[in-house]
Amino acid sequence: MRVLGLDIGSRSVDAVWLEEGRIVDSAVADSGFDPAAAARVFVERGNHDVLIATGYGRHTARESFACDVVTEIKAYAAGASVLFPGAASVLDIGGQDTKVITLGATGKVTDFEMNDKCAAGTGKFLEVMARALGFTLEEMAAEAIAASRTVAITSMCTVFAESEVTGLVHRGESRSAIARGLHESIAKRTVSSLKRVGAVGPLVFAGGVAKNPAMVALIRREFPGDVLVPGESETDSQIVGAFGAALCGLPVK
Amino acid sequence: MSEDSAVVDYHPMWEELGIDLPTHDALLSAVGQMYGDAFLTQENRPAGMSYLDFVMSEVHGLRVKELHDFRATGGKIVGTFCLYVPEEIVRAAGAWCVGLCAGAEFGYDEVERIMPRNTCALIKSFMGFELTNVCPYIKESDLIVGETTCDGKKKAYELLGEMQNVYVMELPQMKRPQDIAFYRAELDDFRAKVEELTGKALTAETLKASIKEVNDKRRALQRIAATRAASPAPISGKDALLATQVAFYDDVPRYTQMMNALADELEERVADGAGVAPAAAKRVLITGTPMALPNWKLHDIIEKSGGIVVGEEMCTGSRYYDTLVPEDGETVEEMFDALAAKYMDINCACFTPNQGRMDDIVRMAREYNADGVIDYALNFCATYQAEAFSVEKALQQAGIPIMKIDTDYSAEDIGQLSTRVEAFLEMI
Repeated sequence: MRVLGLDIGSRSVDAVWLEEGRIVDSAVADSGFDPAAAARVFVERGNHDVLIATGYGRHTARESFACDVVTEIKAYAAGASVLFPGAASVLDIGGQDTKVITLGATGKVTDFEMNDKCAAGTGKFLEVMARALGFTLEEMAAEAIAASRTVAITSMCTVFAESEVTGLVHRGESRSAIARGLHESIAKRTVSSLKRVGAVGPLVFAGGVAKNPAMVALIRREFPGDVLVPGESETDSQIVGAFGAALCGLPVK
Repeated sequence: MSEDSAVVDYHPMWEELGIDLPTHDALLSAVGQMYGDAFLTQENRPAGMSYLDFVMSEVHGLRVKELHDFRATGGKIVGTFCLYVPEEIVRAAGAWCVGLCAGAEFGYDEVERIMPRNTCALIKSFMGFELTNVCPYIKESDLIVGETTCDGKKKAYELLGEMQNVYVMELPQMKRPQDIAFYRAELDDFRAKVEELTGKALTAETLKASIKEVNDKRRALQRIAATRAASPAPISGKDALLATQVAFYDDVPRYTQMMNALADELEERVADGAGVAPAAAKRVLITGTPMALPNWKLHDIIEKSGGIVVGEEMCTGSRYYDTLVPEDGETVEEMFDALAAKYMDINCACFTPNQGRMDDIVRMAREYNADGVIDYALNFCATYQAEAFSVEKALQQAGIPIMKIDTDYSAEDIGQLSTRVEAFLEMI
């Protein structure tokens, strides 16, 4: 039996095809202005027996494709605990959400926390800051790693932080130091959120922002436990949600 | 209220009250749409809910007309915001009591000209209704009674007092014997104030009757609440919440009769094993700040996510109806002592310490067979937001899953809240 798991996020639509519990194919597309249409492309390939959706657009998917849905919390917990047996917690930083999850012995969610309505410290935040600094996301991460010094960024609100960054640039602060400061402030905020739910290692760091090497390095520095990143093994960190959803779509044995 | 009454145009009455008609029309249309989406889409509702549907369809119409007609014959209306203002005293002095609107985001731009932005949604809401002239209940109130349950309300009542006839009762912050004696003395002053308003004396006879009447209302709500312990639940949380919300507005004997009829139906449903949600639906107890009409946001999210709300430990819930005033008092003095004891036994977060509320929540979670508890606090409600940490600790010690939510009346966080609620339901 072939299960298609879809993670319909604010920035990307991710798909994983699972056969006998193994990933046989995966794909990622931009959400664009019509995430349901982006998802439909994957659904219309037609090579699945079961379809299950997660992510911000899961309810739209349920209406469009009459499929089952699970939350990102459950999907990431399932995906992370299969990729890394023994994982005790999960951090997912996506396009507009940050989620921290603690896992029980069998990979069951025991507690979770997610940011509320603002996108502070998420992928969207990094995109806005990269644009304010005139970098691509990749360049900004590389500059942050290479930076010899840092500047403190005090605002976590995307709008205020953008003004703060612009102010620092105008004061002649080096862009790489600002990039470093931005990544550090997200890492600190994220780790304090992890501590609030009592997360311990091994921690699986997934989601689109886990592809950012500066964030990975800083989370590793700040978090008092092992940090495992799917992209560093065989599975892309961005498809952990879709993979987890597909696992949730498997018939209960 | 009879359901066969013809469609009446209430605009002349509203105009006479000084209502801003175009803005008010927009408000009614928005609330009607919210109501349809939240309530009328539910399946397998108890037949008795048709009464509350009717009340809601006439919420600014027929009920206001009743108040209007009562006043035309010399009757007086007392508007209140809080459980600690005893309806028994108001009725025993010949006046009627109504709870005032405070459950929708309305007129905030006007409010923020005279109050801080970071004021809780409940206060902003009632001030917004007043400043934009859209609440007929405020307009029909001959006296508005405030109370000192929080700093935001205290200051809001000063501002409201510039526009309306406002009287403020002081509520103590602790529950020592001297605090109960203090509240008891406040009740004497309140009695004098209402008697002055109505020109009628409260007597042992009228008070005994009003205690019985309001107790009967609470008993009907207790019956409804008791059926919610059953699995499957015979009534949605949304409908049960609405029943409690309407208790603050409706004619007391009529409402009691209709709620007893609803309770009869729910008891039959329980006996037949009939329910509104599958028996496997996750059962949630809500605790926290009151949900004033028309605030149905959290219940709607939970129940649209497949869960079912089985109880409310809040002022629009068990705190309102769980305890009764002893009916064996004969003299006014005895009955006032009984009223003081009953009202000071309500466990609001404005008191310190407030262990009684923790005990109530844990007890209710067990009695109603809840799978988990959601603590609901309005942003900037310092007492409930702070107490949420004690609630969390008490529930963790009792082994009951708990999630804390801070929100307001706006729709902007519904997407995120839905994800959190769904994940909580998956987890418990």
